[in-house]
Amino acid sequence: MEYIIIIISAVFVNNIVLAKFLGICPFFGVSNKVETAIGMTGAVTFVMVIATIVTYLIQHYVLEKFGIGFLQTIMFILVIASLVQMVEIILKKVSITLYQALGIFLPLITTNCAVLGVAILAVQNDYNLLESVVFSAANALGFGLALVTFSGIREQLDLLDLPKAMEGVPIAFVVAGLLAMAFMGFAGIV
Amino acid sequence: MNKVESTFRNMVLTLFIVTLVASSALGFVYALTKEPIEAARLAKRTRAITDVLPEYDNNPLSDSYKLAADGDTLYFYPGTMNGELVGTAVETFTTQGFSGEIKLMVGLLPDGTINDISVLEHKETPGLGDKMDKKKSDFSLQFQGKDPMDFTISVTQDGGDVQAITASTVSSRAFCDAVIRAYNAYMEGGKQ
Amino acid sequence: MTQWKNFTKGFFKENAVFVLFLGLCPTLGVTNSAINGMGMGLATTFVLVGSNLVVSLIRHWIPDKVRIPTFIVVIASFVTIVELSMQAYVPDLFDELGLFIPLIVVNCLILGRAEAFASRHNLVSAIVDGLGMGLGFTMALVLLGGVREILGAGSIFGLKFINGDGILLFVLAPGAFIALGYMIVLINKINKKSA
Repeated sequence: MEYIIIIISAVFVNNIVLAKFLGICPFFGVSNKVETAIGMTGAVTFVMVIATIVTYLIQHYVLEKFGIGFLQTIMFILVIASLVQMVEIILKKVSITLYQALGIFLPLITTNCAVLGVAILAVQNDYNLLESVVFSAANALGFGLALVTFSGIREQLDLLDLPKAMEGVPIAFVVAGLLAMAFMGFAGIV
Repeated sequence: MNKVESTFRNMVLTLFIVTLVASSALGFVYALTKEPIEAARLAKRTRAITDVLPEYDNNPLSDSYKLAADGDTLYFYPGTMNGELVGTAVETFTTQGFSGEIKLMVGLLPDGTINDISVLEHKETPGLGDKMDKKKSDFSLQFQGKDPMDFTISVTQDGGDVQAITASTVSSRAFCDAVIRAYNAYMEGGKQ
Repeated sequence: MTQWKNFTKGFFKENAVFVLFLGLCPTLGVTNSAINGMGMGLATTFVLVGSNLVVSLIRHWIPDKVRIPTFIVVIASFVTIVELSMQAYVPDLFDELGLFIPLIVVNCLILGRAEAFASRHNLVSAIVDGLGMGLGFTMALVLLGGVREILGAGSIFGLKFINGDGILLFVLAPGAFIALGYMIVLINKINKKSA
């Protein structure tokens, strides 16, 4: 039951992009086509879940054990950077098309605040290992949900006739705000 | 730009040296800031306690004790004046907030009457649930001087005496839940 | 490029938030008030100047293949210094900014400047660039924070000028997106006029 709450909270109520403002850069960068959005979500999910697991282990068996909690930021980001390198290498071998489609955005997962943010949040919320895994997977799902929904909307926005000044990024932000408003309706479910 | 080749040896050496220097610098800053951080944390706690208790001249933090309750812990900070108990600040919580956990500091007089209540932490909605904060509305003032034996700590919607925050019944209920938890724990075993 | 041009480019022509669209997470996350925006902006500026400084100093000694991890360690160190210092000396601001302080390390602005500028320029230019981009970033955050605070809470830098709440939407998530969207339109217009 606890897990259901974690999932609903992470996907809807406290959506990582629309409520917590993490993962915004790829949100605006990759979201103009639905297929790239889905590909990005897959990559982010993989990195996010494994990163949360590894950072959990490091937090409890290294940082807290030796009282060097202040090195958390450095260690966490290094773990994430290495994982992204690995994903790049794996993707090159396994699916060269997806690798090329994601382009520059793949290494940018390292600076995706969502990945580091979720790792830190999992520690702050004091989850055990299983809860952390569920939490990170749910957040990745929430990220994907926001991303794919938004890219669908953006594909439609591109067909509209807008005032020149609002074309592109500005209207995307305003629409994101409306989407965030919609998601606020989920508050109170848990 | 680079006079150094990307050989394996050079790469490992560079990373090692950079990380070493970084960790040492950080260790130094950590040692420097350890005390101020602890002091700031204590100051925050003390401010919350002073907020809800009548005047005292001891150090409630060093006289504090704790009790287990509902899967978590409650912290009791007794305030004394000239050795006599003037009140106990109870750090309590509730998990029933609209957006998660709420932490309160409830100041109780020796007989259990509520002296004052301060909000420590919450994630309630701005403009709605966050009105439980003294700075935003008078909601929490209605508890001052009330004895839970005569003033039922639950919202009027549930048959109690507490005027809930408009459109924030859930937050108000959670607030009451935290207060009751503090009161019950104090009356049942907290008095020391 | 003169140092003056180097310094001022970060404010309008190459403003991190409104033109380059870097560092958006903290921009949306902590601009619910002008003070928070300023605090975050200054903390980021400190990290940016520090990391630009160090990266520029050691740029000739870093093997090309490991430059990104090296930059990251440098940046993360400065972020940790900021974290610890804020926790010790401005604890209330530290609590307000919360998660976004450690997240300065993934602010694409900082890694971006290290890679695109600091690693290719001398020490003075790197420092000036860091200052200019950082202060420009701070300006953007204070502007956005100010707008959101005025509209949403009826106050500026904590000084209230109306009773009660404003249009609450602006201090909540949706308001951040919407306010930023319109500010970008404004800045675009300003840039076009002076181009």
